[in-house]
Amino acid sequence: MPQRSTITRLARATGAAAAACALLATAACGSRAGEETQAAESCVDTSGDTVKVGALNSLSGTMAISETTVRDAIYLAVDEINAAGGVLDKKIEIVAEDGASEPTVFAEKAEKLIREDCVAAVFGGWTSASRKAMLPVFEDNDSLLYYPVQYEGLEASENIFYTGATTNQQIIPALDYLAETGVKSLYLVGSDYVFPRTANAIINAYAEAHGIEVLGEDYVTLGSTEFSTIVNQVKSAGADAVFNTLNGDSNVAFFREYANVGLTAEQMPVMSVSIAEEEVGGIGVENIEGQLAAWNYYQTVESPANAAFVAAFKAEYGADRVTSDPMEAAYTSVHLWAATAEKAGSFAVADIQGAADGVSFDAPEGTVVIDGANHHVTKTARIGEISADGLLHTVWESEGAIEPDPFLDGYDWAADLTVSK
Amino acid sequence: MNRFFASRPGTWAGFAAAAAVLFGLAPLVLSGFRLGLLAQFLCYAIVAVGIGLAWGRGGMLTLGQGVFFGMGAYLMAMHLKMADAAFRNGPGAVPDFMELAGIRELPAYWAPFASPVFTIAAILLLPTGFAVLLGLAVFKRRVKGAYFAILSQALAGAFAILLIGQQSLGGFNGLSRFRYFFGYNLDDPVNQQMLYYIAAGVLLAAVAIALQLRRSRYGELLLAVRDAEARVRFLGYDAANIKTVAYATAALFASVAGAVFVPIVGIISPASIGIVPSIMFLLGVAIGGRATLLGPVLGALAVYWAQTTLSEQFPSGWVYAQGLLFVLVIALLPGGIASITALAKRIPTKRAPAEAAA
Repeated sequence: MPQRSTITRLARATGAAAAACALLATAACGSRAGEETQAAESCVDTSGDTVKVGALNSLSGTMAISETTVRDAIYLAVDEINAAGGVLDKKIEIVAEDGASEPTVFAEKAEKLIREDCVAAVFGGWTSASRKAMLPVFEDNDSLLYYPVQYEGLEASENIFYTGATTNQQIIPALDYLAETGVKSLYLVGSDYVFPRTANAIINAYAEAHGIEVLGEDYVTLGSTEFSTIVNQVKSAGADAVFNTLNGDSNVAFFREYANVGLTAEQMPVMSVSIAEEEVGGIGVENIEGQLAAWNYYQTVESPANAAFVAAFKAEYGADRVTSDPMEAAYTSVHLWAATAEKAGSFAVADIQGAADGVSFDAPEGTVVIDGANHHVTKTARIGEISADGLLHTVWESEGAIEPDPFLDGYDWAADLTVSK
Repeated sequence: MNRFFASRPGTWAGFAAAAAVLFGLAPLVLSGFRLGLLAQFLCYAIVAVGIGLAWGRGGMLTLGQGVFFGMGAYLMAMHLKMADAAFRNGPGAVPDFMELAGIRELPAYWAPFASPVFTIAAILLLPTGFAVLLGLAVFKRRVKGAYFAILSQALAGAFAILLIGQQSLGGFNGLSRFRYFFGYNLDDPVNQQMLYYIAAGVLLAAVAIALQLRRSRYGELLLAVRDAEARVRFLGYDAANIKTVAYATAALFASVAGAVFVPIVGIISPASIGIVPSIMFLLGVAIGGRATLLGPVLGALAVYWAQTTLSEQFPSGWVYAQGLLFVLVIALLPGGIASITALAKRIPTKRAPAEAAA
């Protein structure tokens, strides 16, 4: 048979199929850009004795090691609230889903929780990528996400409550502390993604305004463990301190190499923003003792609320477990949602949004208050030093809780960092 | 057209049944969310049809289809971001994620993607052209087997790493928050259903193209190259050209699948196109039966459906269940899910030798 007829028939078959689906597609067209879309009706049912919430954390994949600890904290908070009688006299029921460390899965599971399970709110997410993947889902379905991890700021969605620190509650206090201790030059090391890049943009602007010299800025791909070149550059640059925005496994390799070439915390301290109690063990205390971290919470924070939190957590999950900043923020987020629902007298999204401003909770880190304008919370900044027992001890803390300022509107030197809200 | 179907009486019925299920039954019985999920799986199935052609019929173990899937997806995502920015801030405006990353000027390579025609042409031509060049370069040098597999996989890994470093393509976070699809609101359930129909239509078209290629003289040649490349070469054919056509067709299917995937799922990031997702594409084809026409489609749907269902049922232990399922299928059905019907067929009747010479 001649080849040509094959091609003709192929073209005809494709043409027919294309025409058929074009016909079907145009027959079923909804609203166009600019027109109002009928928002999907919420299916949340609170007529029974329970109210459902979602817990969406990565239980498999690379982020599982961090996010399972957050899941544990969410369960602890829910158990506490249920033991005390529930929210608006209803027991909380958790629907758990696995985000699998993949943004598309986070988006898929978030939609499943909202549309199939009809949860009143979802707690979880860790990476910025997962949050950015979920954000349109929560906005389109008009539902609520409570996101418990410090992040790069520059975001404020009506449908997300951010209970981790934004940049002015973590990075800027860390810089203030370094400046106070006489640091005149910095070396920046980070993983190559949005948080370190945004953080370093802020650090550069701060340094310029405060007479600090930035001697170098290096990025490695996420998960990279090859640091001999970078650490040697850091050593020869001879900065007063290193600002570390590495994430995950890279920290282990970085600090081992750092100790290998003979750099110590006395000579050149490293300020880290992603190292908490959980990570210290993996890095090895001997490699990181004396180095600094910037967070809002450490297991060692002295307060009655924290003593109760740590005791309850160890009782539930074992004495060898530690509590960390994102866990505390997740634990706090559940309590804040419950307090907001009590204040609003309702679980409806609009009522929660309306009632959120000023809702407070005596969290383990200190009292936190929701800012209704940007949906962030007030947080106390703390600089911690890693001690020989593997825990972090506060060496400096801010005077009272810092108001959240995700777009850094209150800092003149940061005016050029953001184009618009 | 008539001869296309007349060559096999069952083909008409098969396509009609598939169309009835996809266009009639599925939207009736599935909720909006499940239909969206099915649309996502259909995109993976489109990639699988291409892999079935290149691997099952052509013997090329394409471990890196994420590259072409990603190209199609990012090309579409760039257009959606441009359209979104233009709608909010006027033509030529900078997309929102760039504003946050501190990029004030629109990078030059973004500008053409304001045009829908350019975008669709790019989705159809760019990955296909890349596959043709790559295919010719590789196959002319007679790289095959494990070497080709390693090369294609390395390409997927490199592509993902390249994208993570590109802040003007969203870096690690990728591109997300699409509001409009060629002028239609993406948050409208009616439009979401329309996207499902598009995915289903593209899948049927891809299967029809694959079927026609299999039945043509070219399909015979491809099979011959797979089984005895040297002999085909002695007969005077250029095996590299034959393989390149199948490889480029698979790339085209993957690219179109990626482009349809983006408005359905709402995000594309390097995590969806690297080595692991590329292997997942292949896994569905292996499970379904790589050498059959519908095996890859069924395999892809089964693998992703099982993954979703298992992870919903056992959020913390589903990975083990999934692994067990793979082991069982490969141990008990080495030919894939589609080999169940082949086994049943083989018993009563002998296969007609002229089967594929339509």
